[in-house]
Order: sequence, then C-alpha cells, then structure tokens
Amino acid sequence: MLRTIRISLALICFTLITLLFLDFTGTLHAWFGWLARIQFLPALLAVDAGIVAALVILTLLLGRVYCSVICPLGVFQDIVAWLGRRPKRRKLPYSYSPALSWLRYGMLGLFVAALVAGIGSLAALLAPYSAYGRMAANLFQPLWIWGNNLLAYIAERMGSYAFYTVDVWIKSLGTFIVAALTFVVLALLAWRNGRTWCNTVCPVGTILGFLSRYSLFRIVIDPAKCNTCSLCSRHCKAACIDYKAHRIDHSRCVACMDCIGKCRHGAIGYRLRRKADAPRPASDGPAVQESAQAAGDRAGISRRGFLSLAALFATTAIARAQEKKVDGGLALIEDKKIPDRATPIVPPGAQSWRHMTQHCTGCQLCVSACPNGVLRPSAGLTTLMQPEMSYERGYCRPECTKCSEVCPTGAIRAVTAADKAAIQIGHAVWVRDNCVPLTDGVACGNCARHCPTGAILMVSSDPANPDALKIPTVNTERCIGCGACENLCPARPFSAIYVEGHTVHRIV
Amino acid sequence: MENKKKEISRRDFLKIVGLTAASTTAALYGCTPRNGATGRRSASAPIPTDRMTYRSFPELGDDRVSLLGYGCMRWPTVPSPDGNGDLIDQDAVNKLVDYAIAHGVNYFDTSPVYVQGWSEKATGIALKRHPRESFYLATKLSNFHNWTRENSLAMYRQSFADMQVDYFDYYLLHMIGGGGMQQFRARYLDNGVLDFLIREREAGRIRRLGWSFHGDIDVYDYALAMHDRGEVRWDFVQIQLNYLDWKHASGSNFRAEYLYDELARRNIAAVIMEPLLGGRLSNVPDHIVARLKEQRPDDSVASWAFRFAGSPERVLTVLSGMTYMEHLQDNIKTYSPLVPLTDDERQFLYDTADLMMQYPTIPCNDCKYCMPCPYGIDIPAILIHYNKCVNEGNLAASSQDENYRQARRAFLVGYDRSVPRLRQASHCIGCNQCTPHCPQTINIPQALQRIDRYVEDLKQNRQF
Repeated sequence: MLRTIRISLALICFTLITLLFLDFTGTLHAWFGWLARIQFLPALLAVDAGIVAALVILTLLLGRVYCSVICPLGVFQDIVAWLGRRPKRRKLPYSYSPALSWLRYGMLGLFVAALVAGIGSLAALLAPYSAYGRMAANLFQPLWIWGNNLLAYIAERMGSYAFYTVDVWIKSLGTFIVAALTFVVLALLAWRNGRTWCNTVCPVGTILGFLSRYSLFRIVIDPAKCNTCSLCSRHCKAACIDYKAHRIDHSRCVACMDCIGKCRHGAIGYRLRRKADAPRPASDGPAVQESAQAAGDRAGISRRGFLSLAALFATTAIARAQEKKVDGGLALIEDKKIPDRATPIVPPGAQSWRHMTQHCTGCQLCVSACPNGVLRPSAGLTTLMQPEMSYERGYCRPECTKCSEVCPTGAIRAVTAADKAAIQIGHAVWVRDNCVPLTDGVACGNCARHCPTGAILMVSSDPANPDALKIPTVNTERCIGCGACENLCPARPFSAIYVEGHTVHRIV
Repeated sequence: MENKKKEISRRDFLKIVGLTAASTTAALYGCTPRNGATGRRSASAPIPTDRMTYRSFPELGDDRVSLLGYGCMRWPTVPSPDGNGDLIDQDAVNKLVDYAIAHGVNYFDTSPVYVQGWSEKATGIALKRHPRESFYLATKLSNFHNWTRENSLAMYRQSFADMQVDYFDYYLLHMIGGGGMQQFRARYLDNGVLDFLIREREAGRIRRLGWSFHGDIDVYDYALAMHDRGEVRWDFVQIQLNYLDWKHASGSNFRAEYLYDELARRNIAAVIMEPLLGGRLSNVPDHIVARLKEQRPDDSVASWAFRFAGSPERVLTVLSGMTYMEHLQDNIKTYSPLVPLTDDERQFLYDTADLMMQYPTIPCNDCKYCMPCPYGIDIPAILIHYNKCVNEGNLAASSQDENYRQARRAFLVGYDRSVPRLRQASHCIGCNQCTPHCPQTINIPQALQRIDRYVEDLKQNRQF
C-alpha cells in the first residue's frame, strides 16, 4: 500500500517536472512551476526558508521520501533500475554494502566549497535537480520537439494552426556532452546498483540522509520475527539493509517501501521510531567507490572539452557575375557568428552577473523555455551550464519574460514585461567596418527601426554632404541590451552592432 | 566585409531536371465524348479537346490563335536534390505543354528572364517535340539591365539558341513604360534596336512585332503615336487587363479600359496578361466567392476573370501562367468555347471589383521580378502570406476583434510556415533595390515595414 502510494506520487511528480523541461510554450509553468520551486537546492539558493523548512520537517517525519518522490533524478534512477530488472532474469539484484561516508561527506564538502567560492559549474555537476534538468533539456526535449514538428507538418497539410514548427539546435556542445555523460553514468549506476549516486555523490542525499537518521517514521526489522533470509536486503536498491545484524542504515534509506512487501514473516515494517534503534552508521568497504569515482572523473574531463567550443562555420556564398539579371531565386544567407563579448549577457531579472553565478544551479529550465533562441548554457569554466544570452538566432523580445517566470532558484528574479523594458542588461556597440550603408552603399537603419527603446539615432555619415547615407549611433543611457539591433542587422556573419553585457544590471 | 552583394548564380539555383525522361509521346487526349444531354459544362465533365475559341484578325494574316495562351513564367519546379534552390521539373512541363496542345492551346509566351532564366530552355525543349507550325511562339527582349545594342542583340540571338527555333511568331519589347520615356528611348530607340527588330521582321525571323506595357502611360501613348505616324507598325500589344484593373488600376498601372480602347481604335490586337492578377482574382475573400458561386455554381472563381478578359473582341489571346494541371484544365474548360459575358454579368463583376477594393490586399502577382533580394528577403512570399490572411479574414483590424486570438495565431504561425524567419520582413533594411523592378509599382520596403509593424503588434500583444 505504502509502496503503491509512493510510486503513484513519484510518477506524477516526475512526469510533470519532465514536462516542465519539455514544454517550449511555457504554458505548463503556470500550473506546475511550483514543482521546480520545491526542489531542495533551488529552494535553498532562492533562500526560500518556508520550503526548506518544510522539506526538513518532511524528512524528519518520514525519512527521505523527498528522494523517492519529489526528486526527478531519484525517480529517473528508479525507472532505469526497474527497467534493469524488467526481464525477470535478475530477481534479486542488490545486496547490503556499508556506507562510504568519507566519499559522501567529501562530496558534500566539495559542493559547499564550490557554492561558497561561486564556482557554480562544479555545484551544477553534482546537484541532482540540475543534473536531471540538463538531461531533460538536452536529451529529451529535442525528441519532444521533433514529435511536435511532425504534428506541425501534419497540421500544416490540414490547414490547421494548432501546432507550429520549432528549431532543434545544440545550444552548447559542452553542456550537451555533460548531459549525455551524466545520462550514461547515471543509467549504468542505476541499472546495476540502484541508488548508488544518491548515497555516495548527491549532496542533497547526504544532507537529507543526515536528517533522516532521526526521522520519526522509519523502516525497522523486528529481530524476533526475522529469520535472516536476506530477501529484504536483496530487494533494497539503496543497499542499506544489513539483515544479518537486523540493522538498517537510515541515512541511506530512501523510504521506497520496496522491502516491506517482500518479507514473508512480517518482520520488516515502516514504524514509529523507538528509543532502542539508535543510528549507527557503518563505514567500511569500497564496493561502490570505483564507479562513483569514475562518474566524477568523466564529468571532469568533458568539462575541459568545451574550452574548444566550436566556432560556427560560414557558408560559402560564391558571387558570380551574371550576364543578365533574371527573376526569382533567393540569395544565400550566411549564419551569424557570436561576437567576442567582453562581459557575458545574463537575462533581465538576474540583477548582476555575480547574483546569477551565485544562485544558478544550471538546471536548464530557462534555456529550454526561451522561445527566441537567445538563452544557451555558458561554456565558461566557472559559469559552466549557467545561462547566458546571445543574439544570432533571435533577440530578447519585449513581450517575453519566460526565463524569469520559470527560474526556481531566484537566479533570474521574476520581472514583468514593463520592468524588463527598463532594465539595462548591456548596451549596443556600433562596428563601423561592418555597417551596410558604408560597406554596400545602401540605406539601412534596420537597427534604429527595431529598437524598442528608441536608443538608436540615425545620423549622417558625412555631415558636409546632405545626400550622405545615415549611420546609427547608440544612446547608451537608453539602451537596454535586448539585441534587436544585433539580431536584425543585415551585416553577416558579424553584425555591425552588437551588445556588450553589463556585470551589474540597472534601471534606466 | 568585402563585396556584400551576394549575387547568386542562377545556374546554382535552378536547373532543369527530368531531361532524360522527356517523353516524346505527344499523348493522345482526343476523342472525348460530348458532354451530357444538357450540354452544360460541369465540374466533373471531361475537358473538350476540339471546342477551343480561336481569334484571328485581318491585320494578322491567317494567324489563328487560341484564346487561351500559355504564359511560361511559372513553370513547376522541384527542390534541388543538393538542397540548393529549385529545379524546373521538365517532365511536368512536357506534360502540361502536351496537354495544352492536345486541347487546342497554340500560343506560348516566355522571356529570357523568366523562372530565373530557365524558362526559354524548358519551353523550347517541350515544344521541340511538336511540329513547329503547330504553335505560335512569343518571347521578349528583356534588356532591363544592360541597354547596349551589343547586349540586346546578343540576348535576341540567345533566345533562338535556347528555344531551338529559327523564327519567332510574336516578339515583344519587354515591359516598356517601366522607367518612363527615358528608359524606353535608351533601351530601344537610341541604340537602334527597334530598327534592327523591324528589319528582322522583314527578314521573316520575327513574324509579328509588338510590346508589353507596365507603368508610365506617356510611353504607351508615345508608342501608339509612333504607330499613328507610320514610323513603325505594331502588330499587337500586350496589356494588363482584368475586372479589377478595368477601372481601378493598381499602383502606376493605368486603367485597362483606356489601354484596350486605344488599341481597339487602331485595330491593334491585344494580348492580355495578368487576367487573374497572379492568382489574386481566384483567391478572393469568402464573401466574394459566395457572390460569384451564387451566379454560376459550377464555374470556378477564376473562370469569371478569364471570361472577362476574353470577352472583348480585339483580344487575341489571354495569357495564364499555369503551374498546375488543374488550372490548365479549368482554363481550357472556360474557353472551350468562351461564353462571352453578358452586360449584366459585366456590371456584376464591376460591382464585385468595387467590393474587393475595400479589402486592402497588396497588388503582388508573385512575378518575382523583384527577386533575388540581395539581403535574402523572400518578398513575394511575405506579401502573398499577408494577402492570404486578408482574404481569409485573418487580418485583425483591431485587437478588440472578436476573432483576434485566432487571427493572430493564424497570421503568426502561418508566417513562419510560409517564410523562413531569416527571410521575413523584419530583415528588410529598406535599401529599395527591389521597387524599380516591380511591374505593379508596389513600394516594397514600405509594404514590408508595414507588415513588420503589424507582426510586432501581434507578437507584443499590443492594443490597437
């Protein structure tokens, strides 16, 4: 019964959180956005005392049900483990292993140190919600969008506007590789040994495990009824039941209730705590040490991989003289390249670059919700996987505040469209050498025409000549850094006007 | 930033496919039974092969021209296998030409610049499979960009090679009136090209000499005055005529009523172009469709436009750029034979035109003369999407409209479907290199920027 409740709740939470990452329209966030906000680490970073307190109390009452129900990464591992047992070949796959306390506390220490030092990238690698978000955004969302695009294709042929096509693109090769590696490592660990990650690497698991030792309700073995048959232990994916000693390591038990129904003598049950069974954590045996170590290593290697973030390739447009102009055809359009920005641009609501790096867990929720192709995970070493903006595919449109709506950690604070119109996240810089009136000798002004704040003024390129073409000038006091000018500039591959980020945002 | 003018090589973009499969069987379409007992043509009736209306005038000798003429500006294309532009689908062209000829169409009109410069070749290949005397071939001197005598003559000679013929039945000075008197003189008079073409007519390599007109009415009057003065004899003139332009000519086009009357007065044959305004008169607002269908439920919306264009007696042929077999069949039906408009029907169409003028579509006929835009904008696709939304009632006049949300979605989703984002109106820089090429004299940057502002209104959910 308890197990059925646990599985039902877990599946509901898991499905909804996954949908949050898949849904590119942002509609689900209105109803289920809170599911991201009750995740432990985001709530902690958002300094949401109410939620943190609630989760602490929950754990003190019922044990680590958070890990079994609310945490999407935990449920993901349960699903993989279930699939691993699915062909009934491996009926009793698990066995007790002592806790690797030094690894657990070491990882937690590393994690806290990374947070304090502001190395968000390292914290993001270990944080469970972020790790799942990364996989969902990088691996599952493309599949979802392809499915949507298929429907859009059919809808188009039926004259329906119910679905529209959405681009699928690798937003950051580095983050994609990290996500893929996380997926492989986690799937392997979960397939073979259940909750290894949660009980050795996961910092949230370690913190909650510390609390759950003292939880009011807990799984206990009644030595009087137990005949030490080992059934419970061999069904425990957390490897925390020492059946010989009739002892359970409650710091690792995720309260999945799998063991209860397995006991043929009713010796194991979920009961109110009593004085007698005090916690006594074990600490020997390197059973799972290797694989956990491997996970850390491989993630570390891949991180270095992104330093060589690929430059976008240029399409070769071959100009060829024509003997006559003919009708029709389309000129080739070169892809835009990312300009060399001295300061990365972070979205309105992030307040400052520092605020962003300190609060972001790199979960990719904002990246997967951005409808304009602006947000993508950073490739910088210390800000790895945290969002940053660039305007080759679109610009930060005035009506959109999606990223600030979905952010669960407060790294991007909620802003309204009106707020956003006055938040300066950067300023535009004009590049004379690329500007079309000067290079092609034709009138342009597309940047000024699309500037939402009227910060661009067209002035004569040669005041002495009244017929001279006009060139843009930027009033940096008015510019909010939305990138409309950069995105819509006809100069390619590098725009003649680009946005330079500000380390601290301000109201203009 | 070296030369940013990304001129494209048309050869990289458009080629002719299906040459190998060019079937030589000029399929046998004959022997269709007479229509049903009532003799009434209906949508499902077979297409007659032997009832086409023909026109002949004493001034044109024994030429007997089908009232339906084939415009070769919109040949079907298929995406190139290398993903780089489109290819003309030569098999489909052959099929269309064979079908047209089998059903009595005998006038084919092309130009060296049509379909990115591949129309003459494709048309030539298809017609080569039929006896030369079984069709009338019309092409043009399209010397828009290089007015020198050398280039003009080279273009004239190249047309013979591309079409594999040794004479043209009808030869036109292409689009006089564009660029005013100055350009007319520069292109044809000052460089002696017109004199050359008159001599070619005497030599028999051109059987009939004429011109097509768009734009400045002074040039029209001047060219006819030359005829009156005996400086040159025009055998025919090609004008834009349809029930919308009859009184409400768009842009700088002149009222078709005037154009036609001037020709009829001089007994000059009129060749009609844009009878459908590039499809705008077949794709009309729903209430107009209902109005037309109420009158003649079995006839297509387009048939009204064709009957209007074909009814005046001095009309030699009505050109239609038929990309699809269905259009060809429908037009053949309309003219096999032509049922001339009654006075009541004519008045009914004038009233319809007045009604349509209340719906502000942009007069783009998808002729693609403006293309390629050097900055990659797909101009006709944007304008056509806009017109489509106007016709389907998906252009919101105000954000308070009852169907605003639905219209907004249809416009925005349809926009992304019809035009890739990088080729949408927001990328128009207003360089205005396109406008001089537009035969409908649309101020293209202005139209695109207006559409872009509307798109912004929708995207930002502004109150308007």
